[in-house]
Amino acid sequence: MTPEMFIQHALNSLTLGSLYALIAIGYTMVYGILRLINFAHSEIFMLGAYFVFWGVSLFSLPWPLAVAASIVFTAGLGIMVDRIAYRPLRDAPRISALISSIGVSFFLQNVAIVFFQAIPRGVYRPEWMEQPWIVGAVRILPITLFVPVLSVLFMLGLLYIVYRTKTGLGMRAISKDIETSYLMGVNVNRVIAITFGIGSGLAAASGIMWALRYPQIQPMMGTIPGFKAFIAAVFGGIGSIQGAVVGGVVLGFIEIMTVAFFPDLAGYRDAFAFILLIGVLLFKPTGLFGARVEDKV
Amino acid sequence: MNRGTLTILNVLAVAALGLFIWWAQGSLDGYKIQILNLIAVNIILALSLNLIYGFTGMFSLGHAGFMAIGAYVCSILILTPDQKDTLFIIGGAAQWVQDAQAPFVVATLAGGLVAALFGFIIGFPLLRLGDDYLGIATLGFAEIVRVAATNMTSVTNGALGFKGIPAYANLWWNFGWCVVTLYVIVRLLKSNTGNVLKAIRDDETAAKAMGVNVFRMKLLSFTVGSFFAGIGGALLASLLTTIDPKMFLFTLTFNVLMIVVTGGLGSLTGSVLAGIGITVLLEWLRVVENPVFIGDFELAGIPGMRMVVFSLALIVVILFRREGLMGMREFSWQAVGSKLGLGGKPGSGKGGLAQ
Amino acid sequence: MNKDIVLETTGLTMRFGGLTAVSGFSAALPKGSITGLIGPNGAGKTTCFNMITGFYKPTEGRNVFMGRELTGLPPHEVCRAGIARTFQNIRLFGNETVLENVMIGSYVRQRSSWLASVFCLPSAFREDKAIRERSLQLLDVVGLAHLENEQASSLPYGAQRRLEIARALATRPSLLLLDEPAAGMNPQETQDLIGFIRQIRDQFDLTVLLIEHDMKLVMEICEHMWVLDYGVTIAEGAPAAIQSNPKVIEAYLGEEYACDA
Repeated sequence: MTPEMFIQHALNSLTLGSLYALIAIGYTMVYGILRLINFAHSEIFMLGAYFVFWGVSLFSLPWPLAVAASIVFTAGLGIMVDRIAYRPLRDAPRISALISSIGVSFFLQNVAIVFFQAIPRGVYRPEWMEQPWIVGAVRILPITLFVPVLSVLFMLGLLYIVYRTKTGLGMRAISKDIETSYLMGVNVNRVIAITFGIGSGLAAASGIMWALRYPQIQPMMGTIPGFKAFIAAVFGGIGSIQGAVVGGVVLGFIEIMTVAFFPDLAGYRDAFAFILLIGVLLFKPTGLFGARVEDKV
Repeated sequence: MNRGTLTILNVLAVAALGLFIWWAQGSLDGYKIQILNLIAVNIILALSLNLIYGFTGMFSLGHAGFMAIGAYVCSILILTPDQKDTLFIIGGAAQWVQDAQAPFVVATLAGGLVAALFGFIIGFPLLRLGDDYLGIATLGFAEIVRVAATNMTSVTNGALGFKGIPAYANLWWNFGWCVVTLYVIVRLLKSNTGNVLKAIRDDETAAKAMGVNVFRMKLLSFTVGSFFAGIGGALLASLLTTIDPKMFLFTLTFNVLMIVVTGGLGSLTGSVLAGIGITVLLEWLRVVENPVFIGDFELAGIPGMRMVVFSLALIVVILFRREGLMGMREFSWQAVGSKLGLGGKPGSGKGGLAQ
Repeated sequence: MNKDIVLETTGLTMRFGGLTAVSGFSAALPKGSITGLIGPNGAGKTTCFNMITGFYKPTEGRNVFMGRELTGLPPHEVCRAGIARTFQNIRLFGNETVLENVMIGSYVRQRSSWLASVFCLPSAFREDKAIRERSLQLLDVVGLAHLENEQASSLPYGAQRRLEIARALATRPSLLLLDEPAAGMNPQETQDLIGFIRQIRDQFDLTVLLIEHDMKLVMEICEHMWVLDYGVTIAEGAPAAIQSNPKVIEAYLGEEYACDA
């Protein structure tokens, strides 16, 4: 492998990893405070991409405006999903909410199939993204760098919210003990809604960028990236934002580099993440940045 | 009611089922028979998942994986060498795949046993995990099975899968296995071992303090559950006569989970009833997805509509009737007896089919 | 080693990170005795129970039960060896019937496997019947036989405590650990409990170790006791001696009262 190819692969890994990271943040935030694997997250990701497609092709909105509208819509959708399908189950056994989220995931995916059909569609890309920069033998699409930079910005913004604002304090309180947070006057439902809003907005952002990077969309597009991002979140230590980002990037590298170095394994690409997951759960269930929770007898 | 009476009643029930199958075989059209077949297979799958999740409290999302294993093992054993020659167009089949051959009953059993073996092996590391992590890890296992099935071309024929699998799985086989599954699981749950499984579901810590080797019992339940999932997969392969990796997506597990949750976690009766009801509904809703002709006017079918309805139904059940159809109650002859005023002690609602 | 000592712990210590929950707990329980483990909230009493029953692996120290080293064994092995326990915050199998709860306790002594009952082997039926009968007898001992088919979680509080004891007895223990058996009981019920504990001790040939806050019960029933405070054993002896021990009074009531004593 030439150094140029390696750099090309590294850049691709970074882009893919950053996309995983953005999705993983949503999983990790919701799991951190509700102990819920939000299966519907991957469908929010998919809908984010579709909303832009619609905004541009149906309502002829300028691209940036369509993006903004999509993020706002999906944030609202995330809040609605929580309100309807998860909030009534706060006192139920933990798995009930998980089953509900599996239901919501299938529901949104199939609603998308009903309305948009299961065929892939090409998406509009702003022109400036089509112009590759050529550095020596390395070809760089602007999106390749755009995504990682944006991811870091989002992460910093989130860390600010979580550690420097009152809402963030609420989030941290709920993640420690939801009952006590009620008693301490935290507006639990509001904080959880905000969490869903932020997580869903980020999922939409990554869905939109995913559509730009691999320029087509279809209703099932969220499933595999969603699983992988969740795995990235577990790998990084569920509940930790930094962990989600690091986990996402590492997963991106593992995936692309393994295929680059061992082309024979390309067919098994989608299995890597799950093998990593099982390994992490067995040997370090708390992940890279997670805190240990003791069972009380 | 004493044991003798109950045995007679159970034998009569099985005989009635036999009579019904005999009648159905002769009088119903192919479409209805197919639905009956699917009912039997779905009940087997639901019972096995209920054992794992409803009775032992292990949230497993790996059913599609075990079914795939059962389906592939069984198909390889019942496809004829000639069929294998024509199927494996890329690179040919591995020698042992080419040579493997067995009668249907052995092939089905082998499917179940290999699935059970996998359940045992992955249970070792995975069953130490708590509920939702176990769910996602078993889901991961199912995905790995699927990816492997796509890539191990010399064994599974890759993405093309198998076509023309001999259609041995008729009503007799399917309902026969269904009765066997029900019998074994009822006996298991009725024994004190069954009480222990339910104890683990209710409070793992207390079970440990009572001297229960929790891990071993979980492994037992998981292995038995995977065995019957494998059997279900094997029957399904011969029933549908075609399999490929795409068939064993998460959706398949979702359908089984839907039956178990709707019937009631921890109720075998519920799984049987919901198995019947949901299979019929699933087939009935297939109509929605196909084009409809009214005179010369064609209404386009709506792909995806079926799952929209079903996922919505699952959400509604989990939100408004979490205990499902039956809660944890079971059918019992005692309860029927006391309803009909035939004396006998009023059932506590915890009697059982094969008591 | 003295043959009449059932359980002997030496220097049991439990540290969670930087926090030492119990430090150097050493105790010896003579066969057939009723011993109390007392101390203010958070003194480390339940932690001691958890170390003895295998739920925690002690950071240091040893646990010898009837001449057998138990340190580091998992809880189910400890139970099989003959130590049963109840929990401070009652942990029944709530969805199961009263009878099933006790039968589950018998499982650890059960010989036939589930396969025997799938294949309808007579041995399985015989054993099942024996377990059922013995479980009913145990329910009779705790006065719950008439409720055998009730769901455990539907029982009133006091009955749940007694069911938990019946379930523990079903494991055929030699040593019974009771974690606050009188919690939430009124004086009359507590009085009955004293007689009950003595009765099962005699009937089942038990040694009893109990954690309790109710001083009346502890003073009346225990022959010997250990007092923990901040994880350290501050006193040990007969009830009368403990009652007048200034260190104990200080731990319970604060320093100023200790001076008056």
